[in-house]
Order: sequence, then structure tokens, then C-alpha cells
Amino acid sequence: MTHPVHAGAHTDLHHHGEQSFWRQYVFSTDHKVIGIQYGITSLFFLFFGFTLMMLMRWQLAYPGEALPIIGSIFGQDNMPDGIMLPEFYNQLGAMHGTIMVFLGVVPLAVGAFGNYVVPLQIGAPDMAFPKLNMTSYWVYFIGGITMLGSFFIPGGAAQSGWTSYPPLSDITVPGFWGGQTFWLIGMVFLITSSLLGSVNFIVTIMQLRTKGLSLMRLPFFVWSQLVTAFLLLLAFPPLEAAGVLQLMDRIAGTSFFLPSGLVVSGQIIPNTGGGNPLLWQHLFWFLAHPEVYVLILPAMGIVAEVIANNTRKPLWGYKSMVYSIIFLGFISFIVWAHHMFLTGMGTAISAFFQTTTMIISIPSVIVLSCLFISLYGSSMRFNTPMLFALAFLPMFGIGGLTGLPLGLAASDIALHDTYYVIGHFHYVVAPGTIFALFAGIYYWFPKATGRQMNEPMGKLHFWGSFVCMNVIFFPMLIQGLAGVSRRLYDGGQQYAHAQGVLYLNEVMSIGAWVMCLFQFVFIINFFMSMRKGKKVEENHWHATTLEWAAAPTPPVPHGNFKTIPEVHHGPYEYSVPGQAKDYNPQNEPMKA
Amino acid sequence: MEIPYTIAARPDTGLFNAKMGIWLFLASEVMLFGALFTTYILLRVGAPEWPHGELDVPLATINTAVLISSSITMVMAWASLMMKQFNKYKLYMGLTILAGVIFLVIKAFEYGHHFETGELPSKSTFLAIYFTMTGLHGLHVVGGMIVNSYFWGPGSRMWKTEPARFTNRVEVAGLYWHFVDLVWIFLFPVLYLL
Repeated sequence: MTHPVHAGAHTDLHHHGEQSFWRQYVFSTDHKVIGIQYGITSLFFLFFGFTLMMLMRWQLAYPGEALPIIGSIFGQDNMPDGIMLPEFYNQLGAMHGTIMVFLGVVPLAVGAFGNYVVPLQIGAPDMAFPKLNMTSYWVYFIGGITMLGSFFIPGGAAQSGWTSYPPLSDITVPGFWGGQTFWLIGMVFLITSSLLGSVNFIVTIMQLRTKGLSLMRLPFFVWSQLVTAFLLLLAFPPLEAAGVLQLMDRIAGTSFFLPSGLVVSGQIIPNTGGGNPLLWQHLFWFLAHPEVYVLILPAMGIVAEVIANNTRKPLWGYKSMVYSIIFLGFISFIVWAHHMFLTGMGTAISAFFQTTTMIISIPSVIVLSCLFISLYGSSMRFNTPMLFALAFLPMFGIGGLTGLPLGLAASDIALHDTYYVIGHFHYVVAPGTIFALFAGIYYWFPKATGRQMNEPMGKLHFWGSFVCMNVIFFPMLIQGLAGVSRRLYDGGQQYAHAQGVLYLNEVMSIGAWVMCLFQFVFIINFFMSMRKGKKVEENHWHATTLEWAAAPTPPVPHGNFKTIPEVHHGPYEYSVPGQAKDYNPQNEPMKA
Repeated sequence: MEIPYTIAARPDTGLFNAKMGIWLFLASEVMLFGALFTTYILLRVGAPEWPHGELDVPLATINTAVLISSSITMVMAWASLMMKQFNKYKLYMGLTILAGVIFLVIKAFEYGHHFETGELPSKSTFLAIYFTMTGLHGLHVVGGMIVNSYFWGPGSRMWKTEPARFTNRVEVAGLYWHFVDLVWIFLFPVLYLL
């Protein structure tokens, strides 16, 4: 998967001399190797998280029925005779959310694409702190192992939801050997990793930009990574603090999140009390709302790159897009309590947070509008990355618009904690962000390997996933409007108001399992193309940005460029009248 | 190909890489301790009564003086390098590390006394937040001392090969050390006096 070593380039640029296998591929400090390590690991976690969800969908579609064939491998503690126990269902739910967000999407969007593409796009020889970069990958890896390992301890993994609300999370399977403790320790590792990474990204972008690459000439993808890094840097530490406090509650017997006189199973628990469960929710959402923008900003960046390249036009409103995401970054720190309208924190606070929430929808709408207008009047190239990027626009649009009723305190009362919420944020993250990440994989795969991924298989993967995504998530909006709670182990069988929409459970489940089949098309394509894909020329997509225009394809280890390029103009000079070709690389001056 | 701006500052940002890195890191540390101070305020506002006089103010006052002095010696260490006086650097850096040791020893006495009298974190919300905040601060002191000891001992060999880069490293370590000092200057009145 890493760089086939080309004899000529190798001797020119490889100033580190021959390195052992371990230094070159495992404990490498080269940002491209680290990017690929992040990529492979996070794709594995994405698939693992998806598998957890497919198991849950069996229980939701056919409650209490034995899972055929593979049901027995999960053990008598979790699925006796193939029938899922509620505790196991809760573990799957909590870990699906945690793994998808913290171990799958963010490391893929930031760790993999950010690491691989940003230094190449800004003309830098590497990240600013290569050793720190390696450290952040391995800390992430340890965090991932801790999370996975928690499935195998007695009592199983964390089961208090990905939000880990106390008092439940404080008291389920108490003590060190509880899944929740592992969850907290794993989170501390993941937070440390993203902290190191975000410092590295900001310094790299600010300090290592090549000559002539002023801030307003940065590709939009680099801008999105810069804002994302600031969000990670400033929003994650409060969750780290909260994690430490919850660890103290679980191990040292403190009561940060336990109120006085808390009754559990008919008995007052012996803790001193005096704590506040809402405190956790505030600290958690102070991270987790900016985290939503950490999930979506790199996706917007990738989509902007792919759309500009395949419409062969400059992005419409590049500067508005940049200012929008900067504004969005600031506002994202003061919207968090819109997740807490039903906690009884009071109407005055709710009014404040619903106002900021309505304000923050504006920059997202600006970015999306700019991308839509960029399409107007172009003759598009409908290749696989472009299809995924185009699908991102309406899917993220649905995700964003369905969020408005949740952001208003009054309508949120009816919709809170229903499947509507799940439908909403999955439209943002699954057919939104993950489609953008697929676009990125198809778009930069030739950069990393020198070979193109198979187009017919790519299109099959796209259309299959696109249909299945909507089959899975649109019925959730319908179920949610009918009032079905998101936390029911049997999918709502016992509720009269759910009866009319229960048949959708089976539809969604089949959609999820069929979508899995289409992901195998992607996996086969990925590995097959690595060896047998069509070889590509240096600037395969005829792109203007430096990673294609100035760096060799596939890139050389350590150093990136034969000579450090100099930038002469903005990032998206496509189809400029009077020029020799329809793209003007940033490192080549344009004809006057 | 070398990574630029490891020694000289980049003209348009005015910083070398590590200095920008440490400022960003400190910004995230402000958020970390900020969250804990917020927790303290919320718990105290919600508590029917808040204990006073459980902590040893004279010992903590000595500790405050010790840490502030160590910040001064840290600056002197860096200034000695700027004036190319390596022996003085060794002396001042050594004093900085020594001050860290004294701080931790005094802190250990305080902790030991609490443990003996059964004042554990689980006893009250006040003790819980006291141990969490001072414990986390203590870990930061230990981290700073490890870095400082490295630059005092084996790391100082860089002075012979790349003096400018070594001076930068000490400056960056100093910025971190001042931050650790600053956190204590907030912790002392909040936990001991108010």
C-alpha cells in the first residue's frame, strides 16, 4: 500500500538512506506512511462499527429470534442460543457510536486525509513535527485497542450510550474492570492523540506554507483542516477533564456526577453525593457539538476539491466559503446545550442556545450553496469521486434541514430521543461525511499508489450505497415522527403508537445488510487496484493544486518534492480564457 | 529535505515551529484546567455548605513561593544560554529542577496528612475536586521536571552542535513551566483561601 520505491527518485530524494522495514513502514515519521496507517486502521474500525450495527439491526427487525449460523459465536454471556441479551444490545449501541465517531470517521478525515494531503498541498517536505505525528498515530492505536479489548472483559464493553451519561455510567459494572472504565481510558488516549495531531496541523499549515502560498491561496481542503484542528485543540480538553472526573467517580469513589440521595434498585447509594449529573452533559456536549463540525468540515473540504476539479471551473465564492467556516468554527463553541433542551435547564438558556443554533446553520448553508452554484453551467466529468461528491450535497442537505426542528426548543420536545434524531445525524454523517470520504479515497488513491481504482466497480459501489443509505435512514425519520424512541431494545414492539411503523424495522435492516454487500465491492476494488489497477500519469485528474501538479506520483518517501514549488496564483484556476490548457497549476505562472 | 523554521522564525508569523506549537498546546491546557475550574464553581454554587480550614495554608504558601522562584530561575537559565554562559545555565536549570522536587515533597506531606486522617477524595465533594485538581497539576509538574531534567542532562549535549536550536528548546520548556506555575497561582487562592 505504501510507496513502490522507484530507483531514480529514491536515490535523489531519500536523504535518510536505507531504512529497515520497521522504520519505513511501521514506526515511520513520513507523513504519507502515517496517513496510510491512519487510513487502513480507521477503515477497519469503520467496518467494525458497521458490523456492530448490523447485529443490532437483527434484534430490531426480528426481536427475540435467534440469529442463524453466526449467532453462537458471541458466547452464552451475550447471545445465549443466538438470542441477543439487552446488555449486549446496549454494548453494541454504545460502542457503535464511539467507534464510528472517534475511531472511524475523525481519524479517516483528519488523520488519514489531513496527514497525507495537507503537506503535499502546501508544498511542505513533511509535517512540522514528524516524531509527534508518529506518536499521535500510535496513541490513537492504543486507544483503539483499549476500546476493542473492553469487549472481552467480564461484563463486557461500555453500555451507557456513546454519550456516557451519569448516573448510569457511574454505576453500571462499577470499579476498574468495567467496560465504562476502559471506555474512559480509551477516550483519554484518543483525546491525547487528536491534541498532538491538531497542534501539528496548525503549525504545519501556518509555518510550512511554501513561497507565494498566502492564506487566501490555500486550497479549501487545507482551510477546512485548519479550522478542524482548532476545534479539536480547544473542544477536546473539557471532555478530557470530564473523563478524569468520571474516572474518579468510578475508581476513587467521588461524587462529581452523583447527586445526594440517589436511589438505585430501591437503596440509597453510599456515596457522599453533592454532585451534578448535568455537569457531565455540559462538559460532554462542549466537546461533542464542535465534534459534529470536526466530522463535517473535512468532508466539505474534500467535496470542494473534487467538485472544482471535475466541473473544470473555479469554486464559486471561495472567499465566502472560507469566511463561513471560520465563523462556523467560532459559533460551534456556543451551541452545545441544544442537545439538552429536555434536561430542565430553563427556558432562558434554551432560548439563547436555540438562537445560536439557528445562526450556525447560516455558514453551512453558504458553503452548500456555493458548492451547488459551482455546478451551474459546467460540463462535468462523472467519474466515481465526482458521483460521491455530488451525492454528498443533497444528502448533507437533508441532514442539515432535518436538524432545524431539533434546534428549536419547542419542536425538539416532541422529537427528542426519537429515531428522528438518529435519522437526522446519520444523514449528516453517513451519506454525508462518509460519502465525501469515499470521494476522497477514489480521488487520491491514484496519488498514493500510482494506479487508478476500477471505475465500473466504483460506480456499482456508489449506486448500491446511495440507494441503501436512503433505505436505511429515511424510514428513521418516519418512525421518529411517529414517536418511536431510539433506545428500545425490541424496536418498539410494546408501544401502541409504534405499531403503524414497525414494518419499517425489517426494511431498514435489510437495507443495512445489502449495503454491506456493496462495501465488499469497494474492499475488493481497493486491494485489486493496488496491484492491478490502470497506471496513471503524474497529474491524473489534470488538477491545479500542488499535490498533483508538483509532487511525483506515486510520491517519494521523505521530502515530497524534487524542488520545493513556488505558488503564483489561487488554487482553482480552471478553464481560464486565453490559457494553453484548461487547468493552471498553482506552481506555474499564468500567461498575462 | 529539511523542515524549515526549526531555528529561525518565519517572517510572517514571527515564530519558530516549536514556539507556535507550545502556545497552541498551552491554549488546550487552558481549556483543560478551565473545565476543572468551571466544575469547581458549579459544585460549590450547588453545595449547601462548603468546608473551610481543612487545608494547610502555610505549607501551600511556601509552595507558591517555591514555584514562583523556579519560574525566575527558568528564565535565568534561558537568559544564560542567550548570553552563551553554559555553566550558569546548568546552575539555574538545576535550581529549577530542585524547586520542582521541593514542591512535590511538600505536596506529598500534605497528601500524606490527608490520607492519615481519612480525608480521602470520597469523603466530600470539596476533597474530591481538591485532589483532582492538585493531582492533575502535580502530574504537570512531574512532566515539566522530566523535560527539564533531560535538557539539564543528556539533552544539553546539543549545545555543542546546535546552540541556537538548544536555546529554542529551553525557551519552549520554559513557557510550559511558567504555565504550570500560573495554574498553581490560580489553584492556591481558589482551593486554600476562598
